[in-house]
Amino acid sequence: MAKNTKKAEEPVRKNGLFEYAPAPESPAAAGDIATSYGHFIGGEFVDSSGSEALKTVNPATEQVLAEFAQGTEEDVDRAVAAARKAFTDWSALPGSERAKYLFRIARIIQERSRELAVLESIDNGKPIRETRDVDLPLVAAHFFYYAGWADKLDFAGYGSNPRPLGVAGQVIPWNFPLLMLAWKIAPALATGNTVVLKPAETTPLTALRFAEICRQAGLPKGVVNIVTGDGRTGAALTSHPDVNKVAFTGSTPVGRAIAKQLAGTRKKLSLELGGKAANIVFDDAPIDQAVEGIVNGIFFNQGHVCCAGSRLLVQESVQDEVLDSLKRRMDSLRVGDPLDKNTDIGAINSAAQLARITELTAAGEAEGAERWSPACELPGAGFWFKPTLFTGVSQAHRIAREEIFGPVLSVLTFRTPAEAVEKANNTPYGLSAGVWTEKGSRILWMANQLKAGVVWANTFNKFDPTSPFGGYKESGYGREGGRHGLEAYLDV
Amino acid sequence: MSETSTRLDVLKTYKLYVGGKFPRSESGRVYEVTDSKGQWLANAPLGTRKDTRDAVLAARAAVKGWSGTTAYNRGQVLYRVAEMLQGRREPFAAEVAVSENIGAKKAAALVDAAIDRWVWYAGWTDKVAQIAGNGNPVAGPFFNLSVPEPTGVVGIVAPQAGYGHSFLGLVSVIAPAVATGNTVVVAAAADAPLPALSLGEVLATSDLPGGVVNIISGRTADIAPTLASHQDVNAVDLTGAIAADGPGAAAELEASAADTLKRVVRPEVDPFAQDWTVAPGTDRLLSFLETKTVWHPIGI
Repeated sequence: MAKNTKKAEEPVRKNGLFEYAPAPESPAAAGDIATSYGHFIGGEFVDSSGSEALKTVNPATEQVLAEFAQGTEEDVDRAVAAARKAFTDWSALPGSERAKYLFRIARIIQERSRELAVLESIDNGKPIRETRDVDLPLVAAHFFYYAGWADKLDFAGYGSNPRPLGVAGQVIPWNFPLLMLAWKIAPALATGNTVVLKPAETTPLTALRFAEICRQAGLPKGVVNIVTGDGRTGAALTSHPDVNKVAFTGSTPVGRAIAKQLAGTRKKLSLELGGKAANIVFDDAPIDQAVEGIVNGIFFNQGHVCCAGSRLLVQESVQDEVLDSLKRRMDSLRVGDPLDKNTDIGAINSAAQLARITELTAAGEAEGAERWSPACELPGAGFWFKPTLFTGVSQAHRIAREEIFGPVLSVLTFRTPAEAVEKANNTPYGLSAGVWTEKGSRILWMANQLKAGVVWANTFNKFDPTSPFGGYKESGYGREGGRHGLEAYLDV
Repeated sequence: MSETSTRLDVLKTYKLYVGGKFPRSESGRVYEVTDSKGQWLANAPLGTRKDTRDAVLAARAAVKGWSGTTAYNRGQVLYRVAEMLQGRREPFAAEVAVSENIGAKKAAALVDAAIDRWVWYAGWTDKVAQIAGNGNPVAGPFFNLSVPEPTGVVGIVAPQAGYGHSFLGLVSVIAPAVATGNTVVVAAAADAPLPALSLGEVLATSDLPGGVVNIISGRTADIAPTLASHQDVNAVDLTGAIAADGPGAAAELEASAADTLKRVVRPEVDPFAQDWTVAPGTDRLLSFLETKTVWHPIGI
C-alpha cells in the first residue's frame, strides 16, 4: 500500500505558512490624533516655553503621527511647581478619597481600552494582540490594585501612618509606554505623592491620552503632569531640586548616570534597568511547553523587554531536539502589520533601535556564532527585524553579554545544574531568569541559586500588579508592584 | 603593694580582623590612638587600600556559606556572639570610656545596650523573611512567592562620631547586615578604633565563619573610597562617611558607588546628632536585602 501513496498536495502557503485572511484592526479606533501636542501641566494642555518640536512616527509605516514638544528646563520647572502646589491637598486627602480617584481612572482605562490599545500599537509598533490582551488589561489592573492600597497604607508593613515623599519625577521607556506609566503613577498617587512623568520620545501619545483620562476622572489639577521630550528633558526632571523622588526605567548606563547625579542629595531613587536573562531548559522539561516559553520569552514585544529571556541555556543532551522544535515554531511566527490581529511580531520601535540590533547581530556573526532566521518577507516600509537565533554562542560573545533589546536569541549549552547556575549568573545584570524542568526540587534549588529578581519556573514573562518586579546587581534597585512597590514612594 | 607597683602591664597589639585571621596591615604601619587629652592609648594598624581589597576578597568568599546557612543557625551563631560579648563587658566598657571620653558608668551602659542590640538582631534572622516576604495573589493559575535574599558583600563606614558611636553605633550597623546573610567589610571609626578591633577578637571565637565580618582600622579616606568603588562590593553603608571626611565626602562615595549601582545607605543629615541608644526599626535590616519573586504554574 505504502508504495502507492501519493504525496499529499501542498496547500497554498506563503513563507511556509498557511495564508490567513487579513484581520486588521481599524486605525480609526485610536481616536483623533492631533497634529501637535504640548505638555499636560496643572491639569491643562499647555504649549512649551521652547519652540523645538519632535515627531513621533508609526514605526510600521514611518509615517509621522504627530509633533510634540521638546520639554525645556522651564517646562519642567512649571510642571514640578504644579505638582508641588497640588501635593499639599492631595497628600492631605483621606486615603479612601485618593482611592476613589484611582478606581475611576482604572475604570475609564477599561472603558477606553480598545482606543488605547490601538493608539499604543500605532505609536509603538507592537502587535495589537499584545496591547489588547496584555498591556491594557495589566494597566487597568495596576490602577485597581494600587487604588485599594491608598486607604490601607497603615497595614502595609512600613509602620503606622507612613508619609508620602512629595513630588515624584518619573522617566519611562518606550517598550511598554502605558504599562510603565501605570507602574509609576499608580503607586505614587496611592501613597499621596504627586508626579511629573516624562514618556519616551518615540512613544508619547498614550501618556498624553492618559492625561485626558485624568481630566475625565476629575483628578485634582497638578496631581499628574506629563512633560514630553527626549533625554534632555528627562535629565532636567531627575536633577530638578524640588523633586523628592526619582523613578527611572530604562538602560543601565542612564540609570548609572542618574544615580551619580543624585549622589549626596536626599532624593529617593528607584531604578529598573537592563537585563540579560537566562532561560534554562533541562533535559526533563516538557519540550513543547518549553519552546513556547522560549518564544514568549524572547519574541514577546519584539524582544523589547528588559526581562526578556535573551540567553537560552539548554542542556546538551536535548540541544538538538529543542533547537529543531524551536526553529519549527519560529517558522510559524508572523512578522508584519502590528494592527493585524494575527501578527506575532510587530515593528522595531525606531530606526535607532533597529541599527543597534543590526550592529549587535553583526558582531555575533563576526565573533563566530551561527545565525539563523526563518524565511519570512518583511514589509517594505517601517523598521523590521526577523526573529533571529544564534547557536554556538560562547559566554565571551557580545551577544551573550550585552542587552540587545530585540528579537534575538543566543543559545548556550550546559551539562549540570551547577554549570547552568554558573553561566546564568555570569553577568552584571540580575533582573530575571527562567527554569524549565519537571523536577520540583530542582526548580526550587535553581530558584534559590539564581541571582535574579524574578524567576519564572515553567513559564516566562508573566506580570501581575500584586507581584513585585525588579532586579539584583546592575539591573537596578527597588521593586515595582505588590506591597513592596509601595516602599519606593513612602518615607520609611 | 610593692609587688603590684613594680609589675608592668602587658599591652595589647591591636590587629586587623580579616578572613577570620588577625593580620597586621600589609603596609606594616600603625597609627597612634589617643584619648581626648592626647594621651597615647595604643597603636592601631594603619589599614590600606590593599588591606581593604583583601578584606573584600575574604568577604566574597564567605558569602556562599553564610548566606546558605539556615536562618536558625545564623541566629544561633549571632547569639553566641552576644554571649561572648557579655563575658568581655568590662574590657569593652574601658575601651569605650577612653574612646569617647565618658565615665565608666555611661560606657558600661553603652556596652550593655550594644550587647542587647546584638541579641535583638540575633532574633531577627529567622523572622525577617516572614515580614519582608509575600505570597502574591496573582490573577492566574500561578504559585507566586516573594522572598528576601541577602545582597552579598556590604561595605560599611562605621559611625565616626556621636554618643555611643565607637561600640553601640558599630554594632548597630554590623549586626543587621550580617543577620540577613550578608558579609561585611567595616571601616572602623578612625579616631576610636579600639572597640572595633576588640570586637574582631570576640567574633573570631564565636563560631562566626571567617570572612563574614572583616574590620579595618586606618584612614577612612583610604578605606571608604576603596569600598565604594570596588566591583565586588554590592552595597555600601555610608553612615560614618560625613563625620570622618568633612562635608561632601559621602556624596563622592555615593557617586563612586553608582558606577556599579551599589545599594547605598546614606548618612543622616547630621551624623553627630544620631542617637544610637534609641530602638532601631527594621530599616537597616531591610536595606541590604533583595526581593526575589518566583512564579510557577498551578495545574495537574
